Amino acid sequence: MQSIVILVVISVLVFLGIFAVGNPVDILISPNATQQERDQVIRSFGLDRPLWEQYLNFLIQAFQGDLGRSYVFNEPALRLILKRMPATIELAAGAMIIAVLMGIPMGILAGWKPQSAVARCIMTSSILGFSLPTFWIGLMLIMVFAVMLGWLPASGRGQTVNLLGMPVSFLTRDGLAHMLMPALNLALFKWSLTIRLTRAGVREVLLMDYIKFAYAKGLSGTRVLLVHVLKNTLIPIITVLGIELGNVIAFAVVTETIFAWPGMGKLLIDSIAVLDRPIIVAYLMIVVTMFIMINLIVDILYSVLDPRIQLGGAS
Amino acid sequence: MFDLVEPAGEAVSKVRKHIPDSPLRRFVTNFVESKVAVGALGVFMLIFLAAIFSSVISPQNPYDLKQLNILNNHLPPGAKGMTGMTYWLGTDDQGRDMLSGILYGLRTSMFVALLSAFIALIIGGTAGLLGAYTGGRLDTLMMRAVDLQLGFPAILIALILLALFGKGVDKIIIALIVTQWAYYARTVRGSALVEKNKEYMEAAAGLALSPLRIVFRHLLPNCIPPLIVVVTMRVAYAISLEATLSFLGIGLPVTEPSLGLLISNGSEYLLSGKHWVSFFPGLALLITIVSINLVGDHLRDILNPRLQR
Repeated sequence: MQSIVILVVISVLVFLGIFAVGNPVDILISPNATQQERDQVIRSFGLDRPLWEQYLNFLIQAFQGDLGRSYVFNEPALRLILKRMPATIELAAGAMIIAVLMGIPMGILAGWKPQSAVARCIMTSSILGFSLPTFWIGLMLIMVFAVMLGWLPASGRGQTVNLLGMPVSFLTRDGLAHMLMPALNLALFKWSLTIRLTRAGVREVLLMDYIKFAYAKGLSGTRVLLVHVLKNTLIPIITVLGIELGNVIAFAVVTETIFAWPGMGKLLIDSIAVLDRPIIVAYLMIVVTMFIMINLIVDILYSVLDPRIQLGGAS
Repeated sequence: MFDLVEPAGEAVSKVRKHIPDSPLRRFVTNFVESKVAVGALGVFMLIFLAAIFSSVISPQNPYDLKQLNILNNHLPPGAKGMTGMTYWLGTDDQGRDMLSGILYGLRTSMFVALLSAFIALIIGGTAGLLGAYTGGRLDTLMMRAVDLQLGFPAILIALILLALFGKGVDKIIIALIVTQWAYYARTVRGSALVEKNKEYMEAAAGLALSPLRIVFRHLLPNCIPPLIVVVTMRVAYAISLEATLSFLGIGLPVTEPSLGLLISNGSEYLLSGKHWVSFFPGLALLITIVSINLVGDHLRDILNPRLQR
């Protein structure tokens, strides 16, 4: 229920925003057009109606899956974005996998013996990971691995294979090589975040009585760490990373621009450059919907993972 | 945080000997304990001064076309130009000295980030204080807005605003304010809610002081410590966000080049091996952000009430 309210609020804000900015007719019609022609276009777009009526029309069309037509491609905006979406999701998933597979072990290591040299090293690099401007690191990756060493391709998706009707890169060698740098670049921030979260969780759980009890039972250190500690640190990590998934999709805008990755973020930036408003609006509505869905799934997952937490008013 | 309730009895004389009794002095003593943080603060002050005096210390004015010579374009770092001037960090496609460009860019970046942080701090801080102090429907409504906004990444909000309103210094400052105010509001509200129930607030109310005086003279000063940490972290983020947006070509206009724009400009020549055009502005950006974050990290340690000795 609340998510629907959010969606409506956002749509009103976007709609009003677009109207505050200017009249789309000014862009669409040549300045030489007569007043009569202008009036005709205004009427055909429904722009002579009161604002609330226009908004209602926009909503009705949006529910029918019509978010307007792109001015540039002259195709439905929704279809254009959906066509680009698999590339972005593939990139985001790749980044999340890197962040989790690298971040959790490093975080455990840093939390296990916080005073050791390795732990300090990991923590310092995680501060760096937070501070480094993502786009610049992307450029430096291109400079080192594509220009100087020539190991990896600098842009594009490479060879793709159709999986369930969608082109994917990760199943071919060439596609993987193309994906490695963008995914790594996008992962950097989440990687640092995962390290910090895991470390904090491990340090907290290590002080618990059940850990002492596990030791007292005579379990080995590795078993305590990998079973008892890890299991209890995972819940907050999963929640935060779930919410961060939306963040990764938003940040993909930057990475896609640098590596010319043909995802929906690049489409957004290109559309902003040419003022293709229907695409901007459609992108926003789709991303907001994705956000709300991700949050919902995380909430459900959270209550499944941690039986102490119950959703809604169940008492 | 700065709890001035005196410990009773013998303990007083014992404690007084070791801990300086002014909160500020205690704060300074704690801060200089970390050499890394002091060093980082020094580096940041240097960068800050360099940004302020960029027009004085720059070897050339990079935006005065009379001083530029197109024949000097893309000189590598350390090369001598036609006029005998040495370009320590090389030149860009217009024959512009990169060092001067970076100093001017730093000035723009700092100006945008600090001004937006300041305005956002005033808006968010006031909102958080009043919300916590008055409570009720206003507070609920405001926190809903904060939650809603923090649910979306800052870059997405900034992207949308700039997509709608176009680029410009004023517009990017507005976008940065909109993305930041919620953090300040939430932080101030959180500590104000705790402080509100302390005895000195009751005493102030008992003295029949005006609510405005209570909020700004008594409540506000006690909410500042956690706020300092958030401000440092947010300023670093604002600098980074502005650079990112300018890099994407939707932030600052070409007439006001910030570090992000310099990097974006250089990225076009990256594939031909002319790395210095984007490498050095990025390095300047990196050093700025890291120094602020290191200071903030240490501030968080010493201002965290849970870790207070």
